[in-house]
Amino acid sequence: MIAFNKYYNHFNVLSTVLIVVSLVLLIFKGLNFGIDFKGGTLIELRSNDTKINVSTLRDKFSQMNLGDVSVKKFGSDNDFLIKFENKDNKKNIIEEIKVNLDKSFGNNYDFRRVENVGPKVSAELLKSGVIAISLSLAIMLIYIWIRFEWQFSLGAILALFHDVIVTLGVFSLFSLEINLSIIAAVLTIVGYSMNDTVVIFDRVRENLRKYSDIKIFELTNISINETLSRTIITSATTLLALLAIYLFGGEILKGFSLAMILGVIFGTYSSIYIANTVLVRLRVSQKTVLREDDSK
Amino acid sequence: MLYFSKLRIVFITIFSLLFVLIASSNLFKFDDGFFNKKINLGLDLQGGSYLLLEIDNEPVIEQKLQNLTTTFRNYFKDKDIKINNIKIDDKNIFFNVSDENKQKVIDIFQDENSEINPYYPRFKSHQLEIEDTGLNLKVNFSRQGLITLKTSSQDQAIEIVRRRVDEVGTNEPNILKRGNNRILVELPGLDDPMRIKSLLGKTANLTFRFVTQNDDDRFGVEKLEFEDGTQEANVSKRIIISGENLLDAQPKMDTQNNQTIVSFTLDRVGAKRFGKATSTGIGKQLAIVLDGKIISAPVVRDTIASGSGQISGGFTFQSATDLALLLRSGALPAPLDIIEERTVGPDLGQDSINAGMIALAIGFLLVIIFMFVKYRFFGLITNATLIINLFILLGVLTLFEATLTLPGIAGIILTVGMAVDANVLIFERIKEELKDETNNILAFDGGYTKSRTAIIDANITTLLAAVILFFMGSGPVKGFAVTLGVGIFTTLFSVYFIARLFTSLYVSKNKNSGKLI
Repeated sequence: MIAFNKYYNHFNVLSTVLIVVSLVLLIFKGLNFGIDFKGGTLIELRSNDTKINVSTLRDKFSQMNLGDVSVKKFGSDNDFLIKFENKDNKKNIIEEIKVNLDKSFGNNYDFRRVENVGPKVSAELLKSGVIAISLSLAIMLIYIWIRFEWQFSLGAILALFHDVIVTLGVFSLFSLEINLSIIAAVLTIVGYSMNDTVVIFDRVRENLRKYSDIKIFELTNISINETLSRTIITSATTLLALLAIYLFGGEILKGFSLAMILGVIFGTYSSIYIANTVLVRLRVSQKTVLREDDSK
Repeated sequence: MLYFSKLRIVFITIFSLLFVLIASSNLFKFDDGFFNKKINLGLDLQGGSYLLLEIDNEPVIEQKLQNLTTTFRNYFKDKDIKINNIKIDDKNIFFNVSDENKQKVIDIFQDENSEINPYYPRFKSHQLEIEDTGLNLKVNFSRQGLITLKTSSQDQAIEIVRRRVDEVGTNEPNILKRGNNRILVELPGLDDPMRIKSLLGKTANLTFRFVTQNDDDRFGVEKLEFEDGTQEANVSKRIIISGENLLDAQPKMDTQNNQTIVSFTLDRVGAKRFGKATSTGIGKQLAIVLDGKIISAPVVRDTIASGSGQISGGFTFQSATDLALLLRSGALPAPLDIIEERTVGPDLGQDSINAGMIALAIGFLLVIIFMFVKYRFFGLITNATLIINLFILLGVLTLFEATLTLPGIAGIILTVGMAVDANVLIFERIKEELKDETNNILAFDGGYTKSRTAIIDANITTLLAAVILFFMGSGPVKGFAVTLGVGIFTTLFSVYFIARLFTSLYVSKNKNSGKLI
C-alpha cells in the first residue's frame, strides 16, 4: 500500500500555490483568445514556392493596412497561419488579400482555410462558452449533491475548480490559443475529473460503512489504494488515446488534445490529493454517512 | 449477474450484428432504403463554406414608419381628425392633434379591432404603441410588433437567399433560420465562396427612373452615382418600373456591338407602364438604378410596348450572368451582412480525415495493446468488446445520419480511451473479490454487482458534460458532443451485454480452474 496520506499537506500547499499562480496569470496576463472569441480573420495558407515564407508574408500583409497581423508557421514548412483583427470588418477583405498576394506570388499558394468572425458573433460565442462552463460546473455540483453528502460535494467541486483553473493557467502561461474547441476540452475535463473523483468517493463511502474504527485519514488512503490500479489504467488508456490525437490528429486538434492531456493529469491528481483531503479536513466519519442513510 | 438466457444471447447477437451492418453501409452501396444511410461529413471534413448572415432590419423599419405616416394622414383625414407636424425621429413617429381629439386618437390605437394598429391576440399586444408625451403623441413599434416585422423580413429573405444559392447550383446547400434576424447558409464542397458572398451581399433593388434636370419634380429628386463612380446624375424619385415587375432576365450577347447585356421581360402591369413612360419620354434619359447606383442611363429613342428590353452597362459575361440571376431571384427585403464565415478547402478536409483516421487507428492500437498486456485473456475480451463498441457507435451515428466533424473523430478516439474504464472497474473489483472468495462464479458476480454504482456515476458525469456541450456548442464542437454522448451509451451496452456475455461464457466453462483473473 502506498502512503498517499503522508503527503496530503505537502500537496495541498502545492495545489494552493498552483491555483494562486494560475489566478494571478489569468487576471494579469489573461488568456490568448483566438478569433472565435475576439473576432477577426484567420487564413491558413499553403505555399508551393520557397519564396513564400514567414517574413515575405509578413511584409506583404503589413503593406495591406490590416492592422496587427500575425504570421506563423503551421505544422509543416509550407503551411502558414495568418491572423488579424479586421477591425473595420471590411466586407471583401479576403478577395482584396487574394488580389494583393496574386500580384507578388502568382498562384503558387492556396487558401486552405478561411475564418472570419464578426465582433457580434465573437462576443456571443464567448458568452455562450462561459455559460457552458459555468453551467457544467453547476450541474456537476447538483448531481454530486444528490448522490453524496455535502462534504463529498465540496471536495469534488474544489477538485473540479482546481483542474479547470490550473489548465487555463497553463494556457495563459504559454499564451496558448483559446478557441471553441478548448471550451469543449474544458467541459470534457470537468466530466472526466468528476468521473475520477466519484469512483474514489464511492469506495470511501463504502469503506466508511464497513469500518467504524478506521479514521478518515487512514480510510481515504485505503480507498485510494484499492481503486489505484483502475485510476492508473483508465488514465493511461485515456492519455494514450489523447496522445494519438495530439501527435497524429493534425494541427487543428493540437490545442484541444493538449488541454485534455493536461486536464486528465490534473484531474487524476486532484481526485487523490484535493477531493480526499477535503474529506479529511472536514473530519468525515462513519456518522456522516449513516446519518445521511437514515434521513434518506 | 452472470446468467444469460438463450433468448437474451440471441437478442444481443442480432442487435450487435444489425449495428455492425448499418455501420458498414458507409463503405458499401446498398440499394435497400434502410441500409443506404450514411454518416454526413461536417464542413470541416468534406470542405465547404459556412456563412452566417444577419438581416439589417433598420432600413425596413425606417421604410415601414415612412409608409405609416401616409396611412395615418389618410386614415385620420377620413375621420375628420386633423393631425399636424407628423415626423419620424429615432424610430418614433411624432404628431400633434387638438386636445379634444387626443383621447379619441389614443382610443383608436388601443382598440383591439383597430384598423390601423393590428392586434395580436396570441401575444396580447398591438403592433404599435402610442404614448402621450405632453408635447405630442409618440407612436412606435411594440416589442411584438418588431418581432413580427423581423420574422416576416426573415421569411422573405430566406426565400430569396435560397433562390440565389439554388441558381448558382451548389450541391445540397443547407439554409436555415437562426433567431429572428439571422440566416445560416452551409455550402458543402464549395471552397471559394466569393461569388455566392457577392451575390448574397446585394439587395438587388432595381428601379427604372427618369433622369431629370429640374429640381422641382413633384416626387422629389435625388443625386445618384453611376456604378463606376465617375459621374453623377439627378434622378427623379418616381419609379417607372421596379424589379417586382420583371418576369425573367437573361444574359445575352448584343450582336450589333458585341456587348454583353441583360435582357428582361416585364409582366403585364410593368409592360403597360414601361410602354407609357417610353412613349411620353422620348429623348429623355431613363436611369436603371440598382441598389442606389446607376448602372446605365440610356436615352429613350422609341416607345417600347413589347414588354421586353435590355440593360447594357459595360458588363462582362460573368457580371451580366450575376445581374440576371439577382433580378430573377428578386430583391431582398433588407441588406444582409455576413457576420461569420468559415471556409475549409477540400484538400484540408481530406487531410483532416486522414489525420483523424490515423490518430484513431494508433489510439485504438495503443489501448488494445495496453489492455492485452495488462489483462491477458480478459484484455482480449475487452478488446473484442471495444471493436464491437466502435462499430455500434458508428452504426448509431449512421442510423441517425449524424454529422461527423474533426472534433467528432476526436470524441470517438476519446471514447475508445475511456470505454475501457467500465471494464477495468469491473475486473479490478473481481480481483478484490477473489481475495476472499474461492468460487469464481460468486466472485465474478460480486465484481459486476459491486462496481455498478461507480460505473453509472462515472458515466453520468461525462454524459452531463456532453449534453451541455451539445446544447451550447456550435458546428464542429457539437459533433464532438454527439460522438462523446452516443459513445457513453454504446460503451455501457457493450460492457454490460457483450463483454459480460463473453466473460460469463468463459467463467462458467472454467469455473474450477483457480483464480481466473
